[in-house]
Amino acid sequence: MDLAFTADEQKFAADVRAFVRANLAPDIRDKVKNGKHLIRDDYMRWQQALGRQGWLVYTWPKKHGGPGFTPAQRYIFENVCAEEYAPGIIPFGTKMVGPVIYTFGTDEQKTKFLPAIRESTVWWCQGYSEPGSGSDLASLRTRAERRGDHYVVNGSKTWNTMGHWADWIFCLVRTDPKAKPQEGISFLLIDMKTPGITVKPIIMMDGGHEVNEVFFDNVEVPVANLVGKENGGWTCAKFLLANERLGIAAVPQSKRGVEALKGIARAEHEDGKPLIENQAFAEKIADLEIQVTALEYTELRVLSQMAHGGQPGPEVSGLKIRGSEIQQRITELTMEAVGEYAAPYLPSLVWHGSNEEPVGPAYAHQAAPRYFNTRKTTIYGGSNEIQKGIISKMVLGL
Amino acid sequence: MDLALKPDHQTFADEIRAFTRGNLSPATKAKTFSGKHYDRDDHVHWQKALGRQGWLAYTWPKKYGGPGFDVTQRFLFENVLAEEGAPRIIPFGVKMVGPVIYTFGTDEQKERFLPGIRTSKVSWCQGYSEPGAGSDLANLRTRAVREGDHYVVNGQKTWTSFAHWADWIFCLVRTDPAAKPQEGISFLLIDMKTPGVTVRPITMLDGAHHVNDVFFDNVKVPVTNRIGKEGEGWTCAKFLLANERLGIAEVPASKRGVRSLRDIAQVEPLNGGRLADDPAFAAQIADIDLQVQALEMSELRVLSTMAMGGAPGPEVSTLKIRGSEIQQRIAELAMEAVGEYAQPYQPGMLFQDTNETPVGLDHAPPAAPRYFNFRKTSIYGGSNEIQKNIVSKMVLGL
Amino acid sequence: MDLSLSDEQKQLQEAAERFVRDKYPFDSRRKIAATDRGWLPENWAQMAELGWLGMAFSEEDGGYGGGPIETMIVMEQFGKGLVLEPFVPTVVLGGGMIGRAGSKAQKEALLAPMIEGKKQFAFAWLERQSRYNLADVSLKATKEGNGWSLSGHKGVVYNAPVADNIIVLARTAGAGREQKGLTLFVVDGKAKGITRRDYPTQDAFRASELTFDKVSVGADALLGKVDEGFAVVEEAVDRTIVALCAEATGCMDAINAATLEYIKTRKQFGVPIGKFQVLQHRMVDCFTNAQEARSMTLMATLKIDDKDPIVRAKAASGAKVQIGKSGKFCGQSAVQMHGGMGVTDELSVSHYFKRLTMIDLMFGNQQHHLTRYSNLAMAA
Ligand SMILES: Cc1cc2nc3c(=O)[nH]c(=O)nc-3n(C[C@H](O)[C@H](O)[C@H](O)COP(=O)(O)OP(=O)(O)OC[C@H]3O[C@@H](n4cnc5c(N)ncnc54)[C@H](O)[C@@H]3O)c2cc1C
Ligand SMILES: Cc1cc2nc3c(=O)[nH]c(=O)nc-3n(C[C@H](O)[C@H](O)[C@H](O)COP(=O)(O)OP(=O)(O)OC[C@H]3O[C@@H](n4cnc5c(N)ncnc54)[C@H](O)[C@@H]3O)c2cc1C
Repeated sequence: MDLAFTADEQKFAADVRAFVRANLAPDIRDKVKNGKHLIRDDYMRWQQALGRQGWLVYTWPKKHGGPGFTPAQRYIFENVCAEEYAPGIIPFGTKMVGPVIYTFGTDEQKTKFLPAIRESTVWWCQGYSEPGSGSDLASLRTRAERRGDHYVVNGSKTWNTMGHWADWIFCLVRTDPKAKPQEGISFLLIDMKTPGITVKPIIMMDGGHEVNEVFFDNVEVPVANLVGKENGGWTCAKFLLANERLGIAAVPQSKRGVEALKGIARAEHEDGKPLIENQAFAEKIADLEIQVTALEYTELRVLSQMAHGGQPGPEVSGLKIRGSEIQQRITELTMEAVGEYAAPYLPSLVWHGSNEEPVGPAYAHQAAPRYFNTRKTTIYGGSNEIQKGIISKMVLGL
Repeated sequence: MDLALKPDHQTFADEIRAFTRGNLSPATKAKTFSGKHYDRDDHVHWQKALGRQGWLAYTWPKKYGGPGFDVTQRFLFENVLAEEGAPRIIPFGVKMVGPVIYTFGTDEQKERFLPGIRTSKVSWCQGYSEPGAGSDLANLRTRAVREGDHYVVNGQKTWTSFAHWADWIFCLVRTDPAAKPQEGISFLLIDMKTPGVTVRPITMLDGAHHVNDVFFDNVKVPVTNRIGKEGEGWTCAKFLLANERLGIAEVPASKRGVRSLRDIAQVEPLNGGRLADDPAFAAQIADIDLQVQALEMSELRVLSTMAMGGAPGPEVSTLKIRGSEIQQRIAELAMEAVGEYAQPYQPGMLFQDTNETPVGLDHAPPAAPRYFNFRKTSIYGGSNEIQKNIVSKMVLGL
Repeated sequence: MDLSLSDEQKQLQEAAERFVRDKYPFDSRRKIAATDRGWLPENWAQMAELGWLGMAFSEEDGGYGGGPIETMIVMEQFGKGLVLEPFVPTVVLGGGMIGRAGSKAQKEALLAPMIEGKKQFAFAWLERQSRYNLADVSLKATKEGNGWSLSGHKGVVYNAPVADNIIVLARTAGAGREQKGLTLFVVDGKAKGITRRDYPTQDAFRASELTFDKVSVGADALLGKVDEGFAVVEEAVDRTIVALCAEATGCMDAINAATLEYIKTRKQFGVPIGKFQVLQHRMVDCFTNAQEARSMTLMATLKIDDKDPIVRAKAASGAKVQIGKSGKFCGQSAVQMHGGMGVTDELSVSHYFKRLTMIDLMFGNQQHHLTRYSNLAMAA
């Protein structure tokens, strides 16, 4: 057992850092550092830079054009990127549909779709949830009927994150309504420009637009866009969800969040002293930092097992649970640190990066909207109650 | 709405206080404040004194020999007794079987049993739970077979508090094994001296002996000892459980507990000063103090409804839940206050009247045992999970 | 970076598992706890034979060149069995301080026989007023000829009833809570002038209150430098905390396993109570808590040898906070999910619960270490 990185790993860390410093545009870095919202172009510029370096799909094996990082390299890559204020990589292409395609897709599909994901020239979104199918995903009803060499899709998806920015959507659709719920589902790739698709925004409680409803009205999809077998979509779905849970803990981002929180607690004052000198508040930050450390070491234990050939089991659901709770706690304490100045609501500053003069310190207007928005982390990616259900059944045998 | 006491209520409170100071043995009172366990005599002497005054059965209506207190008087009575360090009144006679007898019993039964309860000449215990029937009480299997003018009882009760001190036990027994679980149960009063009754102690995790197994081996019980009709014991049981839930919140004792926490914090040393000066610990006391106040107001709201003629509904389950959690927290804080000196285990200081001097300050020996022991409060009287189920079903309609 | 055990470490783990399986089934433990001594000399001899008493010491000091990882491995198993032999006071604390601060002569006289299982130690630091402040010491050592004379009181000294030597933290200069002016002495357990009041602890260990009335010791009793004892103590206590954290992870694994088994088998309302979702989710929270405890223990174990005392202190305090939090959650939940059975003396759960509770308040509880961690972390 050893915490130290090898000389090679240390060199790798230095390379990643140098790369980020040279290639991350200062305006994007500034937005991330100050907690401002990014627009599509910000993500694309950064992801394309990573793509050119071959690092965007950093979790992929060499065979499919990934860099073939070891678990330790992955860990270093994620941490250095976060430390250098790089934006998070949008997972829908790189972490979700990409691995599904290289695992279950045909050679033709691999050639057609993987390069654009690796280079970030195409934006993907995820079409799983429906109004009647949230936690109970298998009850989904969006219908795809086969007509010759294409499917005709009718129905609606909801909660599609960044669907309004997307070029393509991967969908779970029902191809056999008579089969058992899990057995009549297929996995389809759909071009968002196909006639019959409408995207309608859903406004979140912080006033932001990040999710959408997507409606399908007689949308024609070539059969060649089916991944895996017809009615075999549930296998792809499960595979993808397991992948999703690991990264969702967002430890590097939370480490950065705790540091930012300390910065705010140093800048804020109470009774003529920096807030960070208030013992009770300092201890809340300390407690949070300990939680992040515990999560980080749990993730390192999983990575270490993987390095020895083990597979992450259903217990990684625990990472999602704790990771999401920690993210929420960071935003909650940040809002607490800001105090009364969390109250002013300044949408043009929050959403449109306007030059308006902030009310109070520059970080203040973000605090409450972020706290509100981050309530999502215990709901999406399989709610925490559902994750506990998975552990209870799969790990504890209850 | 009015929180102030009327002058005659003030006089009443003074009277109770004077009586308690005149009649409660100093040794018993000292045990209350030092957290030692009472022995049987402590309870019986005090309860007999109350009985002579006509106050023991303070919740009973005048008709059955109670003092006919109004709800404010009840509230004052309980509070003054707790403040003065009186042991809590053992509920099995006064609060449990007494009301069952005057509500469901025959005149003969009332005459025979009520005086012994009012005066504390007879001690009662409660024979409900069995090894296979805890939360699922209706699953009980202790069998009573009718033979002429008596029943023959066979089976086992468990967790019976103070059975080793009791003269009588009230039992739920199965008289009709063929009926639905709730319908074949009867309510029997059994003299503990009847041949065939054996009591076996159960040692608790702190070393205390409060609870017992009670075995019945062909125990003959006259049919005249049955309360209510054969097969209708469940009605008595439900009536009694609802009564039990109200008092179990133990608000007056918790108020006393908060006061003694503050006293302990004044004498426990910390860095050359006192623990009370530690803002973190002071804040924890303040927090529990507020919880007690919220609970007291909730209880007062219930009492006020009762004063207007309403009956307490299933929402009193929440009083039990919060009351038990609060008692546990007070015990936990008292242990934390003692610090390292909570470690020595001194049974002599807990259970016997020894002259041993405590290791640490006077309040140190009971601190950890009490914390351990008080885990029971969220288990007995219907566990908190069961109480939540009741609220969920009966109040929320889930 | 690699968090897996080496082959040798795996063997050690298996040996410790075997020891606990053979010697510490719950009924045997109850019998051991009821003996006068509270632990078994034959078990101690076996630990010596297996090399556990010397594993964490350098070869130069007669040990086997292991370190905190080896200590973690056995302590975790000790936690699973609720092992009662005085490994912590003798080996981790006493041996640890002698190994770090002792002279060559002291190591020969004390450490070598300890490793063979022939000497046991106790560490006396706490006083009535100290709470968790290691420097709040007033027991006085004054010069007396070539040697010293010790007077004062020490409390909750684990293993004092049988210890061959007691390592005493005494004030030689300064006052109150000054860290400078504290000195360590190795005192014969039977020295004239020591009065002992022995008692069991809540969790069945043995400890004592000690009164020192002009206890005379020679110059050779001095452990380390005069007035400079605090740093030695602080480091030894941090190492002990990490060992206790490992023990607690073992306790948590065991109490969780017992509870899981119980809720799968205990039936109410015609089904195993583990079918009720509130209990399922609470059980999941128990496992998550134990995972976090394990992670923090591992972190602290790997950082406790760090040269920077701040890194070391933060690691120990961070782990202790986690262990306090997780231990309380697992302990209270296990009792609750056992219903009435949980609050009796009969099943192992209440014994694990008591041990976890006591571990929290040894050498500073969760709140104390949160404050310590916070002061270190916010200073940066
Ligand atoms: C911001 C955001 C972005 C999202 N992005 C996407 C996306 O890009 N693509 C996509 O397909 N989906 C997305 N989702 C959808 C997300 O996966 C669902 O919200 C989630 O699965 C929960 O479904 P629901 O909202 O219908 O809640 P419900 O399933 O209705 O759940 C409501 C509550 O009931 C609880 N519950 C449900 N079942 C159980 C049970 N068996 N036991 C105990 N408790 C239970 C839940 O935990 C929750 O607390 C997103 C959601 C959000 C909030
Ligand atoms: C100190 C003490 C004194 C007592 N005194 C008496 C007495 O004098 N007379 C008497 O008759 N009884 C007495 N009891 C018994 C007490 O009423 C029972 O312990 C209680 O009803 C719980 O039953 P159990 O112990 O069998 O736990 P179980 O019913 O086995 O419950 C175990 C766990 O499962 C949970 N659980 C059970 N069912 C459900 C459900 N449907 N949904 C969710 N969770 C569930 C429980 O909440 C608990 O956490 C006493 C108990 C104690 C601890």
